Amino acid sequence: MLLAVVLVVLVVGSIAFHFLSPWWFTPIASHWQTIDDTINITFWVTGAVFIAVNLFMAYAIIKYRHRPEENRRAHYEPENSKLELWLTVVTAIGVAAILAPGLYVWAQFVEPPEDAWELEVVGEQWRWSYRLPGKDGVLGTSSVSLININNHFGVDPDDENGQDDVLVTSNILHIPIGKPVRFWLRSKDVLHDFAVAEFRVKMDLVPGLVSYLWFTPTLTGTFDVLCEELCGVGHFVMRGKVVVDEEADFQIWLDDQITFRESQAIGSGDIAVGESLYPVCAACHGPSGEGNVALNSPKISGQHHWYLEQQIRNFKHGIRGSHKDDTYGQQMAPMAGLLADDTAIRDISAYISSLPKIAADDELIADVAHGKKLYVTCATCHGKMGEGKYAMNAPQLSGQESWYMIRQLQNFKAGVRGRHALDLFGPQMFSMARYLRDDDDIKDVVAYINTLPLEKSSAIHNSVAGGR
Amino acid sequence: MAQVALADSGQPLSHPRSFFTKYIWSQDHKVIAIQYGLTAISVGIVALVLSGMMRLQLGFPDTFSFIDPSEYLQFVTMHGMIMVIYLLTALFLGGFGNYLIPLMVGARDMVFPYLNMLSYWIYLLSVIILMTSFFVADGSTGAGWTLYPPQAISYGTPGSDFGIVLMLISLAVFIVAFTMGGLNYVTTVLQARTHGMTMMRLPLTVWGILTATVLGLLAFPALLVSAIMMTFDRLLGTSFFMPAMMSMGEQTDHDGGSPVLFQHLFWFFGHPEVYIVALPAFGIVSDLLSVHARKNIFGYRMMVWAIIGIGGLSFIVWAHHMYVSGMNPYFGFFFATTTLIIAVPTAIKVYNWVLTLWRGNIHFTVPMLFAIGFIFTFTHGGLTGIFLGNVVVDLPLSDTYFVVAHFHMVMGVSPILVVFGAIYHWFPKITGRMFNDTLGKLHFWGTFLGTYSIYLPMHYLGFLGVPRRYFAYEGIDFIPESALQLNSGITVAALFVAAVQLIFLVNMIWSVFKGKKADPNPWNATTLEWLTPQTPPEHGNWGPELPRVYRWAYAYSVPGAEKDFITQIEPPREDDTLGHPENERAT
Repeated sequence: MLLAVVLVVLVVGSIAFHFLSPWWFTPIASHWQTIDDTINITFWVTGAVFIAVNLFMAYAIIKYRHRPEENRRAHYEPENSKLELWLTVVTAIGVAAILAPGLYVWAQFVEPPEDAWELEVVGEQWRWSYRLPGKDGVLGTSSVSLININNHFGVDPDDENGQDDVLVTSNILHIPIGKPVRFWLRSKDVLHDFAVAEFRVKMDLVPGLVSYLWFTPTLTGTFDVLCEELCGVGHFVMRGKVVVDEEADFQIWLDDQITFRESQAIGSGDIAVGESLYPVCAACHGPSGEGNVALNSPKISGQHHWYLEQQIRNFKHGIRGSHKDDTYGQQMAPMAGLLADDTAIRDISAYISSLPKIAADDELIADVAHGKKLYVTCATCHGKMGEGKYAMNAPQLSGQESWYMIRQLQNFKAGVRGRHALDLFGPQMFSMARYLRDDDDIKDVVAYINTLPLEKSSAIHNSVAGGR
Repeated sequence: MAQVALADSGQPLSHPRSFFTKYIWSQDHKVIAIQYGLTAISVGIVALVLSGMMRLQLGFPDTFSFIDPSEYLQFVTMHGMIMVIYLLTALFLGGFGNYLIPLMVGARDMVFPYLNMLSYWIYLLSVIILMTSFFVADGSTGAGWTLYPPQAISYGTPGSDFGIVLMLISLAVFIVAFTMGGLNYVTTVLQARTHGMTMMRLPLTVWGILTATVLGLLAFPALLVSAIMMTFDRLLGTSFFMPAMMSMGEQTDHDGGSPVLFQHLFWFFGHPEVYIVALPAFGIVSDLLSVHARKNIFGYRMMVWAIIGIGGLSFIVWAHHMYVSGMNPYFGFFFATTTLIIAVPTAIKVYNWVLTLWRGNIHFTVPMLFAIGFIFTFTHGGLTGIFLGNVVVDLPLSDTYFVVAHFHMVMGVSPILVVFGAIYHWFPKITGRMFNDTLGKLHFWGTFLGTYSIYLPMHYLGFLGVPRRYFAYEGIDFIPESALQLNSGITVAALFVAAVQLIFLVNMIWSVFKGKKADPNPWNATTLEWLTPQTPPEHGNWGPELPRVYRWAYAYSVPGAEKDFITQIEPPREDDTLGHPENERAT
């Protein structure tokens, strides 16, 4: 009896939850209203079955419960072919009613319209980047084997079509509203999945093949891109944004991006020029980039040039050092502003990178063994020796002074660093730093990093240094 | 009859002489069943603890320092694989299959008792190998239970050094163990049934286990070859599943392999695997409902054909797990159609269970509570499967918490409710003692209501678009604070359900030693396992003579009969024209 009541309560409660819960589909931002309609049809049919089966069962439980005082027996009826046939037919009709619209909409999904424009999404551990066709409207051929530090997408340099391809190495993609767009999906390494909740469609990126999806954006705004196929430790921080613009805004953004041809023309930093720019840095960071704790200036010597370039640019453009609680970052921001342009930033980064690495000279008293355990996850990007990795945008850690690493970890954790909307990789570190639950965890992991030998960079990092 | 010859071939059973041969190196199917059952439940408790750790992180992020992003993925992976393979598969087939098949078909033991014993010990070996992976450098694999390459064997995934290798080896060893057991179960059902036990007189439990075993024998080889090939890719540098690709920004030596090929092989196993777990549950729950409602199962023949139909169809629906995998999207039309067709026989089973209750005489025993709870959760989980099976609806829902909620309802909660119902139901036969009824009911209510409050709201996180296998969710605009609060609530419910299982453990352990002595047939059931000369049955099961079967397994409340059940061994009377003509006829 209680059971029957509970079943009724669960059915009523589930329906109530369905209508009252605040958690429901995000407002749709693509033309795939038909997908939502199919879901609604499915809801009505399956909801009716759920209610009917369970209420009927609850009724049967009440009506036919065993009552000790009665001497009643169950009804004996092994089969009822007519009833069984009838139920089969009704079920089949219900299933067909769900399947038919589903397949109809799927047929639209698998065949993008002829006039859809195209772009390419490239996934890798753990970032998104995008390639748009240039004026010719055609994407150049590309191959994983052609990927190197100067050719992020592996575009075939001999293919005329690829020369004007627009390369977006940022996580943020802009597309114009109202135009059907076909996304070609490509992965450099493992499986990923390009998913934007508001667009409703998603598809895996598979190394070795090119998959696709398409939609017509119907709402301007900024939408989260999530990776939804497990791709390793950094899966949950593999984020991006799609910004749906009015056509004019889109063109402004597009004109700002560089083409493949332009990217190939960028030379590597000039160490000699960099040296001439360095004295102003030396005031705080020291003549050999060794840093000065009294001035809150970290050691910079020997750091990877691509990381230095990125950070200086971030300081210059207010992406780093603009948070109101980032007191020391605020000191650096105007200094970075002294560098005239990207070329100057490249030059000075090349020079600083060429300064000899020096081991850290402080020793932190903390639980190194615990730190080692914590570092396992860090090592994925920063390397087992803390050497840093270009592909992961992870700076070298070995050799860095404890005070600076502790402060940065605290800043990341508190959202003082890495939370700017245009910071591409800071948000990953913001998320990661949070698993260091308290200051002891932070000290332990930094103490372990302190023990890592100042290793010479591996081959790839050497070839990368001064490469661009 | 051929089968009787094997059932009672006159070969002397090698009766155990010492403690070791009786309880450890035993060839008695009942002892082996208990060994399988206890091992599976033990490893299941490990997996339950792992899920608790995951839930702590999701419910209360930034709180617990014993779980970091790498460990989180390792817990996710090991929880999934242990629950699906090492708990559910092993428990239903190795546990219940072993215990019930010979007793229900009227055999003295499995046809190959030595192989049966070997099957358990090899299963134990696979468990030990798997557990070892917790302790190697970098720990167990964190590739997700689906083990998709390339990431499963690439740097950047926890345990890609040793953990994954141990996982693959353990799976291969498990499959060897399963094959030994599986061949035994099939042969025993087909060849060792006693006099008069026709196939259409078998209890549905046997039909469910038999069909599941056949599925397993056909499906596990696909997993075996993929495990072997992935081991080669990992250890020898071959490229079965590895295309030309980068790893951590560097070119690899791999070329020409296909990650999608692995997924096809994995799900060619993985989908039937769902039914390897579900079909025994279907069979067992049919018998529980029938016994405790004192009514024949409604539409027995339809139920048998539905089990066989579902089993057959389960081999042509696998790619519905891959709608967004990047495979040729035209496959979607075929697999969505086959997937939704499978809903028809499945729905019929649900109808027939409910119609079994209709006009029954329902006793609310503990096993019956679990059986009815199963109908509710399975209906729920089955219906949400229609969402995911319908290819275009899968686009927004795939890889979200909707999927997690769906498969936990349909192949987590539902089969586990049947497992509990079955343990309570057969406990008196297995141990010779009764369990504590009040504790049993508490256990039911805690588990049933607790699990529903975990998984019902979880579907709605999926509608919202919350992705699965995420360590943390900060910084995603469309996920509101309330969703994170909901996650805390779900975690509380999950910990509650885990705690409730202590009631079960206490009840079982206490009752084994202190429970009231049980009648040989406490539920007044008709089937052979309740009619053994001793309770618990001794080695050889039947005493000097095998039972002779005269009727089907569901002669409950037959009009005109003396009692409300007629056992399968009761000879027909002169005027015995009652009941179902097809199944009642005497041999």
